[in-house]
Amino acid sequence: MTVQLEEAPAVDPAGAPVASGRRARRSARTGLSLGAASGLSLGVVVLWMSLLVLLPLAAVVGKAFGSGWHGFWSAVTQPETRSAVLLTVVLALLVAMVNAVMGTLIAWVLVRERFRGSAIVEFVIDIPFALPTVVAGLVMLALYGSDGAGPDLFGTRAGLAVALLFVTLPFTVRTVQPVLIDLDRDSEQAAASLGASSPVVFRRIVLPQLLPAIASGTALAFARALGEYGSLVFISSAIPFKTEFAAQIIYSKLQDSDHPAQATQQAAAIATVLLLASVLVLVLLTIIERRVARRG
Amino acid sequence: MADVLTTPTSGRPRLAPPQRERASATSRGLRTIVVAYVGLLVLVPVGVLCFKTFQPGLTTFFDALRDPDAQHAFQVTAVVAGTSVLINMVFGVAVAILLARYRFPGRRVLSAFVDLPVAVSPIVVGLALILVFGPDGWFGPIANWMGLTVITAKPGMVLATVFVSLPLVVRAVVPVLQQAGVEQEQAAASLGANAFARFRRITLPTIRVALAYGVVLSLARCVGEYGAVLVVSGNIQGETETVPLRIGNLVQNTLDTNSAYALTFVLMVISIFAILVGALIRRRRRI
Repeated sequence: MTVQLEEAPAVDPAGAPVASGRRARRSARTGLSLGAASGLSLGVVVLWMSLLVLLPLAAVVGKAFGSGWHGFWSAVTQPETRSAVLLTVVLALLVAMVNAVMGTLIAWVLVRERFRGSAIVEFVIDIPFALPTVVAGLVMLALYGSDGAGPDLFGTRAGLAVALLFVTLPFTVRTVQPVLIDLDRDSEQAAASLGASSPVVFRRIVLPQLLPAIASGTALAFARALGEYGSLVFISSAIPFKTEFAAQIIYSKLQDSDHPAQATQQAAAIATVLLLASVLVLVLLTIIERRVARRG
Repeated sequence: MADVLTTPTSGRPRLAPPQRERASATSRGLRTIVVAYVGLLVLVPVGVLCFKTFQPGLTTFFDALRDPDAQHAFQVTAVVAGTSVLINMVFGVAVAILLARYRFPGRRVLSAFVDLPVAVSPIVVGLALILVFGPDGWFGPIANWMGLTVITAKPGMVLATVFVSLPLVVRAVVPVLQQAGVEQEQAAASLGANAFARFRRITLPTIRVALAYGVVLSLARCVGEYGAVLVVSGNIQGETETVPLRIGNLVQNTLDTNSAYALTFVLMVISIFAILVGALIRRRRRI
């Protein structure tokens, strides 16, 4: 890959004159136009991304609707599937909400209330992020399994929730923390000097500034919780209508060797529901980020 | 995601907290809650895992690692993760340069697609790759004609791993490139340096630290990937079984939890090592 940095050419590689006026000004502000070499590398990158990401995801959606809207709908509304998807969404929402509160609290304590040992907490926060999901799953089994050291949460929804809280712990903390570090404290001090109590200062001044970061961290945690597999699979034990979750039901459909074609279509339908939720979350994130960028 | 991965966690000197005496009861309460939550949620389970690993004795631990299937799993993991990290490096830097330096139609879309893998379930990633590269997939006949088995073989596992770890290098490198600007490279260009020389002598040294950070993160992610590789690999013992897959098989099929704990401990040590290296890199140069 090469970087083409000669003065921005007046024509793009296709030979069409580069749009002048607003578009040219925009490109002067945010970056260079493409030259021949960078145009080539863009082509290679786009081809690679299409092969790796775009086409496969399109294939999932295509397969889901392969036998029409009816096929998709009947796959998604099978009782067992519906129960698993519902459980996954509810658990993800629950975990995201707990994360919004606890993540903000942890970030606050790490930034504003430094204490001896906060470096250790800082380090421990990163552990769930770096641990492979299957390791996280076994960690949960070691503590909450039937012959584990702690309470027996094997095959319970509580077990799934705890495992999800474990893997999503860093998301909100790590998005809120930098915003909190950069926060200007003048207005807080002004409010305090005018007699506002600390809870009032937090609610009226700090929280509004943190909200976009909290929202984006929570959205990421929600997306992660929706699709999580490895850390849940051991503790869940796949009890239909109780602990079977969406990713698990997709995988078990793929293992179905009796009606492989039909099972794959059903798996793709459930996957499409999850994909849709993920895309929704990403779009939401972009809107939040854009709003913040406009404000700041 | 970018923020989650590249957040500088220490840094500027902090103001002394105002009203320290008055707030101390509240703040002590908050600290206790945080330490208890993080400790109970993360530290205790991890500690219990370490205890369970070494409870049956060191011989059990080393026997589990010396098992031929385990050895083979380590080899497969090394090959798949190594290849994936290399691919991530090359394409990660290319995508980062494009996103940070150039403006072109579809730039936003490309940026969104880089982040997409974070939000997609690993099982869905696996399914998606099967539908395109599997024997009945869109490119199945082409791969077959070329004599290439993608699904239930290493190429598919590499694709799955690269998909899942796609954003890590890009998101580590982009902010550094944006901060550095293009003046140095324009100067070099005006002095007659060609594109390759400019990349090697200016761009690469600029992004070196950030790239190292991204590679460490992506290595940790690639070594541990489970869901996507599980679907794509076919999970064939002694052939496509990676270390995470073997852990899963030991727990679910063989019920040999002691060996599973031993392998898990090794993976855990690798990832904690990766966090430490990442923290060191971050401290050396704030990125």
